[in-house]
Amino acid sequence: MSVIRNAELVPAPARRNFATLFSNVSRWRVPLSILALCILPWVLPSQALAVNVLIYGLVAVGYNLLFGYTGLLSFGHAAFFGAGAYATGIAIGAFGLHWFIAMLIGVLVSGLLATVMGVLAIRTRGIYFSMVTLALAQLVYYAALQASSWTGGENGLRGFTVSTLHLPGFSVNFLDPLVKYYAIMIVVAAALWFVSRVLSSPFGAVIEAIRENETRARACGYDVERTKLLSFILSGILCGLAGTLSAMHLSIVPLDSLHYHTSGLIVMMTLLGGAGSFFGPFIGALAFLSMEDIFSLWTSNWQLIVGVIFILFVLYLPKGIWGTLISWGKSR
Amino acid sequence: MTVQLIAMQLFSGLALGAVLIMVALGLSIIFGMLGIVNFAHGALFMVGAYAGLYVAGLTGSFWWALLIAPVMIGLFGMLIERFLIRPLYGRSPDDPLLLTFGLGYVLVEAVRIFFGTDGIPFSTPGALRGVVNLGIGFFPLYRLFVIGVVVAVLLLLWIGLEKTKFGLIVRAGSADPLIMRVLGVDISRLWLVVFGIGVGITALGGVLAAPMRNVSPEMGTLVLAEAFVVTVIGGMGSLPGAVIAGLIVGVSVSMTSLFAPEMATIVMFALMALILLVRPNGLYGRAAPGL
Amino acid sequence: MTNEIEKLALRPIGRRAALIGLAGVAGTLSMPWIARAQAETIRIGFPTPLTGPFAAEANDQVRSAQLAVKLANDKGGIAGRKVELLVRDDKLNAGEAATRTLELIEKDKVHAVVGALSSAVQLAVNEVTRARSMLYISISQSDTINEIKDFSPYTFHEALNPTMTTAVVAKHSFKKGSKVAYLVADYAYGHEMLRGFKRAAKEIGAQTVSEILHPFGAADYSTFIPTILASGADILCICNFGRDQANSIKQAVDFGVKDQMKIVVPVLLHNQRLAVDPEVFEGVTGGANYYWGLEETVPSAKAFNDAFRAMYKGTIPTDYGAYGYTGVASLLMAIEKAGGTEPQKVIAALEALKYDIAKGEQSYRKCDHQSMQSVLVLESKAKKAMKSDADLFKIVAAEPASESVLRTCSELGFKS
Repeated sequence: MSVIRNAELVPAPARRNFATLFSNVSRWRVPLSILALCILPWVLPSQALAVNVLIYGLVAVGYNLLFGYTGLLSFGHAAFFGAGAYATGIAIGAFGLHWFIAMLIGVLVSGLLATVMGVLAIRTRGIYFSMVTLALAQLVYYAALQASSWTGGENGLRGFTVSTLHLPGFSVNFLDPLVKYYAIMIVVAAALWFVSRVLSSPFGAVIEAIRENETRARACGYDVERTKLLSFILSGILCGLAGTLSAMHLSIVPLDSLHYHTSGLIVMMTLLGGAGSFFGPFIGALAFLSMEDIFSLWTSNWQLIVGVIFILFVLYLPKGIWGTLISWGKSR
Repeated sequence: MTVQLIAMQLFSGLALGAVLIMVALGLSIIFGMLGIVNFAHGALFMVGAYAGLYVAGLTGSFWWALLIAPVMIGLFGMLIERFLIRPLYGRSPDDPLLLTFGLGYVLVEAVRIFFGTDGIPFSTPGALRGVVNLGIGFFPLYRLFVIGVVVAVLLLLWIGLEKTKFGLIVRAGSADPLIMRVLGVDISRLWLVVFGIGVGITALGGVLAAPMRNVSPEMGTLVLAEAFVVTVIGGMGSLPGAVIAGLIVGVSVSMTSLFAPEMATIVMFALMALILLVRPNGLYGRAAPGL
Repeated sequence: MTNEIEKLALRPIGRRAALIGLAGVAGTLSMPWIARAQAETIRIGFPTPLTGPFAAEANDQVRSAQLAVKLANDKGGIAGRKVELLVRDDKLNAGEAATRTLELIEKDKVHAVVGALSSAVQLAVNEVTRARSMLYISISQSDTINEIKDFSPYTFHEALNPTMTTAVVAKHSFKKGSKVAYLVADYAYGHEMLRGFKRAAKEIGAQTVSEILHPFGAADYSTFIPTILASGADILCICNFGRDQANSIKQAVDFGVKDQMKIVVPVLLHNQRLAVDPEVFEGVTGGANYYWGLEETVPSAKAFNDAFRAMYKGTIPTDYGAYGYTGVASLLMAIEKAGGTEPQKVIAALEALKYDIAKGEQSYRKCDHQSMQSVLVLESKAKKAMKSDADLFKIVAAEPASESVLRTCSELGFKS
């Protein structure tokens, strides 16, 4: 399993064509992702859906850093997604700040929250880690529900619609769906490049070492706690960034974005695409959201189909869509 | 605020604790014995309530529902173990958790298809209606009955686990499955039965809750959260832990209801976060397996 | 699940994404559409929570809205154009609703949006339509939408709001000197109901003896009840909604609350009442926008019921269903009057509209676009008093439309 998960990072000797193909895909992963993202709004049923794929793809990529690469199953990542969204919305709506500053604030707030939650949560292990993250995220949810003069409570946060993006020298119409898509895509592409750099850095190797064998990583002299915390914070920041983009996209922040259903959704998307691989989470978000979009037009029982597909994946394709493709390619 | 009110609030808290123990028991058993985090717990609880509704509709009696529905759903649980969970043994402990997460979706949706999206009435059985004067205030007879059932189930579980040969094998099996296999015990059959019992008790909780909370496809969502809080605070897999945690949570919720009622739900999660930070494995838990 | 909904949900999928995208690049999204606007079908987007705890209400909304569309098409369309309803599942989630509304506007090119059931969803749709100058008829009960902060000149609020329902319910259930205890869900809608009741109580001279906020979506209410019983109240106002309402009333009744006090709620829902035993709800009083029994006294209710029965095999419309009908029908009347879908003209027509299509005279107030309409006070019947399965409530009062039950325009922040 570990060999397969590492496949993209450490290209195996290219014996056959498929293996070469996959190692090439891996080497060019950032340009390839950006190319794929460029054509996304033209192939999906709607641009609004395409933007959601960008946003949840980024959430899943961020989550994957912790779940797929570091091996920590968090059930509280909705907190970072929501915190980023709320902070951005409040910065624009209540303080009238420029959207760019507001986005920075969103990322900063989610990073701070991730630091606090990370420090508390990494003291626990296994299922208890999942439960502590869940409990802390629930506290954030209730805090947002109670602080309704800031957050709008159950009604959600409103009143910060950004209709024009003012950039130095020019401005664009952010209500135009395609403009909005490509503007958000630029941010997501930059984040993907960042994640790619992190994964190929020594830090990337250490988190995988922790996932594979924590005791051995410790014995090798790595500071396991600090590495875990750093991975937790990075992952939280990426989810927070996605949250700020979501606020800009929808021009509202629903309270549901903090709910543990959102955390569950993030886990499902990551697993569906393939945890521990670079492309996997994005493909998972794409597959999940497209399924939901299409099935919910056919039937109001779409959750049944989604649930069955998820079960089948856990049973038969635990490496997810992309992970399975890779190992299939390798075996050729 | 009178002494009488505070006493009554304390009693309500203990009674709520009994309800919470009942809600959490199935989750705790399955984790304690098999190490499986059952995210479909809430959905199975709800399915149990619907099974109770179905049996009560057929037989016209709550008592048959209380008896038959848990057995039905327990058998259904065995099917789940055999065909969905068993292939995952030996894999990452996250896998059963994720599978049952998906199973929860499927069960809720299946119930919506067969029984409709609306809630369905579930009457309190005639013999258990009305209130009882406790001296400090009035309390519904039905809730007192629930406390009785919970005590009985706990007693049966304790006898079953501590005083019978079956219980001995189960405990040994959960402590070291490999040795048991070497000794020639058919572990997989044992786990099938334990999973079935866990799910059956979950379903019993559903039937018992139905006359208090009404029956609807979404009734399991909150239950899952409640059950996790109680189980985690007690220490996952510890029965005495679940009992004590249930009572602590019940009384905390009740006292919060008196002084800051809007905080009555969040106090559960705050308590859970707090206890886990002081005792990372819960009150009576052993270290987490696997990871 | 009814098949009609699935069918109508199936219809409007078109894979014209690429074409629409090209139009977007040209930056002239709306231009080519104006040229051939007259012959074009009038498309109405309809987000509603087909999945989740209010699926029954959502299905009723869809059926009633579909009826309004059918009646319009049967008489040859509106301003010579066919009408089409595009139903989308908002999943009771504001984020989902915002996405669906964006899709309806950007991809499906709807001319107006009608719908939403929860307050959060309604405000999300309102935010999206406001920024894009899109007509929106909201059919969710909320006070927030009336206030100036969320006001959109393109939005009309067809549903009742908590101020109206509580004012009328209190008028028919509170007396001078009544001692009232409140059990309130701790979120905006709950607080709005509480505010409305207390405002009415002050006028009537009723006294508040206890006020308990419970967490939104709680499953167990047993720990709140001792305080209520100890308060010595003679009326218990339960200010929550849906499943919370069903659970809290059930548990309060288990504790014998009804032996000591009368239970009053701001809104009684047809479908939620069906989900609980009649004896639990027996004697509970609450408000409603519509009840089919209104047909005995109001001719337009009779006509609406009959049309509904004819289309849906003898079944009757429910409260939230009626919103779907009055929301879509009033919009279509205004489009007819305006002679097309040009938003400014439709707004003017809606502001001037007087309509009686299901429940007596209605009209939209100019400042906040709130529909002034009759409010019913219902009392839940005992099982033995029910003549049929649908005979759930007794109409205690049908208060005709009046501005006096609303907050004034200046209270809401509008300059008069």
